[in-house]
Amino acid sequence: MKLLGKLDWSAIPFDQPIIMGASGGMVLAIVAILAWVTLKGYVPYLWREWITSVDHKRIGIMYIILALVMLLRGFSDAIMMRAQQAVAAGGAQGYLPPEHFDQIFSAHGTIMIFFMAMPFVIGMMNFVVPLQLGVRDMAFPTLNSVALGLTASGILLTNISLAVGEFSKAGWVAYPPLSELQFSPGVGVDYYLWALQISGVGTLMTGINFVATILKTRAPGMSYMRMPVFCWTSLAANFLIVAAFPVLTATLAMLLLDRYLGFHFFTIDGQGNAMMYVNLFWVWGHPEVYILVLPAFGIFSEVVSTFSGKPLFGYRSMVAATMSICVLSFIVWLHHFFTMGASANVNGFFGVMTMIIAVPTGVKVFNWLFTMYGGRIRFTVPILWSIGFMVTFVIGGMTGVLMAVPPADFQLHNSLFLIAHFHNVIIGGTVFGLMAGYNYWFPKAFGFKLDERWGRVSFWCWLIGFYVAFMPLYALGLMGMTRRMQHYDVASWQPWLVAAAVGVVIILVGIVSQVIQLVVSIRDREQLKVTDDPWNGRTLEWATASPPPAWNFSVLPQVTDIDTFWKAKQRAQTQSSKERKFEPIEVPKNSATGFVIAFFSVVTGFALIWHIWWMAGVGAIGVFLAMLAFAFRVEEEIEIPADQIARFEKVHQAEIAA
Amino acid sequence: MNIAVTADDEVRYEARPSATELGPASKRIVVGYGFWIFLLSDIVMFSAFFAAYAVLAHATAGGPGGMQLFNQRSVAIETVCLLVSSYTCGLMSLAIDRSQYGRTYLTAFITFVLGALFLTLEVREFAGMIAMGAGPQRSAFLSAFFTLVGCHGLHVTAGLVWLVVMMAQVAIRGFSATVERRLLCFSLFWHALDIVWVWLFTVVYLMGVLP
Repeated sequence: MKLLGKLDWSAIPFDQPIIMGASGGMVLAIVAILAWVTLKGYVPYLWREWITSVDHKRIGIMYIILALVMLLRGFSDAIMMRAQQAVAAGGAQGYLPPEHFDQIFSAHGTIMIFFMAMPFVIGMMNFVVPLQLGVRDMAFPTLNSVALGLTASGILLTNISLAVGEFSKAGWVAYPPLSELQFSPGVGVDYYLWALQISGVGTLMTGINFVATILKTRAPGMSYMRMPVFCWTSLAANFLIVAAFPVLTATLAMLLLDRYLGFHFFTIDGQGNAMMYVNLFWVWGHPEVYILVLPAFGIFSEVVSTFSGKPLFGYRSMVAATMSICVLSFIVWLHHFFTMGASANVNGFFGVMTMIIAVPTGVKVFNWLFTMYGGRIRFTVPILWSIGFMVTFVIGGMTGVLMAVPPADFQLHNSLFLIAHFHNVIIGGTVFGLMAGYNYWFPKAFGFKLDERWGRVSFWCWLIGFYVAFMPLYALGLMGMTRRMQHYDVASWQPWLVAAAVGVVIILVGIVSQVIQLVVSIRDREQLKVTDDPWNGRTLEWATASPPPAWNFSVLPQVTDIDTFWKAKQRAQTQSSKERKFEPIEVPKNSATGFVIAFFSVVTGFALIWHIWWMAGVGAIGVFLAMLAFAFRVEEEIEIPADQIARFEKVHQAEIAA
Repeated sequence: MNIAVTADDEVRYEARPSATELGPASKRIVVGYGFWIFLLSDIVMFSAFFAAYAVLAHATAGGPGGMQLFNQRSVAIETVCLLVSSYTCGLMSLAIDRSQYGRTYLTAFITFVLGALFLTLEVREFAGMIAMGAGPQRSAFLSAFFTLVGCHGLHVTAGLVWLVVMMAQVAIRGFSATVERRLLCFSLFWHALDIVWVWLFTVVYLMGVLP
């Protein structure tokens, strides 16, 4: 038995200058950051205030930091793909060999869905939902921290694959038989599978946590019909997580059993059934797209209503639309593979269901439009993203309905038309929503606004860049170009692909502007400083300090209406806190459990990928012992004394007065 | 007439404080509720394995099928063990409610022994099948069988480990609120495994021997 399993020096691709440059840069950056943090003496602070924190606001911010870093990684992959396809026409092979190009498109999809969009959405919900519900934390604060740790573990494993070994070449969906051992004997698919299994467990924990939080812990008086729409869409998204992620876990477990123990779920021999994987994958996969987009819909609802200075039009229909999308998302999965060869009736059913799901979505779009109609709209950065979304998403939705027609889909399946469609809805829906939310809630999280000018530059570059990059792909799809091509012979495609490459450069300018926006805002934070309610908001998160104290609300708010904070402002019911009596508040105690479990999960995952069985055992025992240590801890909560809260409120009121 | 009745109902409804008016629920309710959500998600995972089994049930690749492999007697004993262990687990909950240490340990011990017996029989069944060349590598049907039944077995194993840890906690901490909440979750878990087994028994072992 070899001590390190399949791992040896040949795992590191010394002969590939591009990979070595990228991974060298990544390692250098990590070392530099660690060195800087250590030399500056920030380690104890980071450990105490962030890594072991179980505060939902801190956890939310850490999720979003992870997501932004992964956005850069996933976007670099996008630039490389666009550059390759812009040059690899006719006889040319471009600069990326096929096996590297295959890894790039697999990594791009995996990272953007699982490690950019998911953590971003979850981070946003983490930060906002308990504040909007008017409560002090999540239902299970330590579980929340463990979930973050497991997501970070998945991210780390995916990034280790850049330097050690390889990533999957089987696409982000990893369809068998290609992803089976017979055709993908390397460690790439194993990296993919273990990264997703580990982070998937974390996501499931998040889902359970949010469902319990939203359904069982709300401020006094907040009935379902008084919940902010973002809480409703988060609830729907987390129902979907709870109901869909276990299917992904089971499906990937079957593929793992095939690869590791010679089972025959999806193999060609032993009467395995590869199409079963495709079905099960999309039973998870289609709800997943709504997990990503529903919270974004919630963000748009909050933003549009706030900056129009009006209550959301059709609140009840918005809730009904959200919940019907939640249910319908489970009965459309087959539209991802009409070409499987199911009967006309089956394809017809799923085609019709897919078209029906456009109805509640249309209801939402009209609700936003009617909210803006007659409103006094303030054109801030968040509302720009929202308007950009409305135009862009409607185009994406219509191309989606087009592909819901099975005969049309037989032509468009796996063509660039499809690629254009889902980028149209995911970028135009989820990413625009997250950017709106990032600009909208940033002042709540940090106490100062983001710079408006750079925010606008970034928005316009993203919007224009998006159209230039993806509209050509619709045309290319109709011209017959399929996805994932490392090179092609048809010369007439090249101008369109060059245009798409230009588009991606414009988006790059948008991303760089966002980085500049952040840097400039941190530099000018004194001028951009805000108090509780910078946007004249409507929901409870604006009723507390910016940034909110660890206990969120010194006195739990009493909810009497939808937009209760707005109504209170109109009645000028801002209670002065001088006469208020404060009571001591219990907050959950910090815990290193999340960090320790994440550490041992990475050890276990890495060991399993490289078949280092003893190390996998060590990692598993480590996870178990960490859970045991948590189970036996004595103190679960610490009490914040009333006079500390009173002191905080006094300083805070003085700041507002100044 | 109708309107009056409705109005009357509304008044009565408003009169008592609803859960909404009281604010966040107690920790016991939140924990129990969260654990129910987890159990539902676990059952969704099982349903994926059930679906895979249903698809592959006849994909024997020329190898043995359920008729040749399943030993009804052994499975019947397994079922009895698990169902009775659920009953003793219920007795344990009653003992916990009354804070009776002796009874709690006794019923937990019986639950553990019955669970361990179930596992032993299951492992013996698996070992026997593998010995006669009907392991999970033989056919897609057997892959699905071993995964579905094995996944349930893994859950039972986890339950046994959990039970031991909980008894250690009772011994060290006594019946504190935290320990009681966890024991509540354990018994929910143990009963849920029973429900899954009833389905498994029906779909795999009964339907599997139909001609």
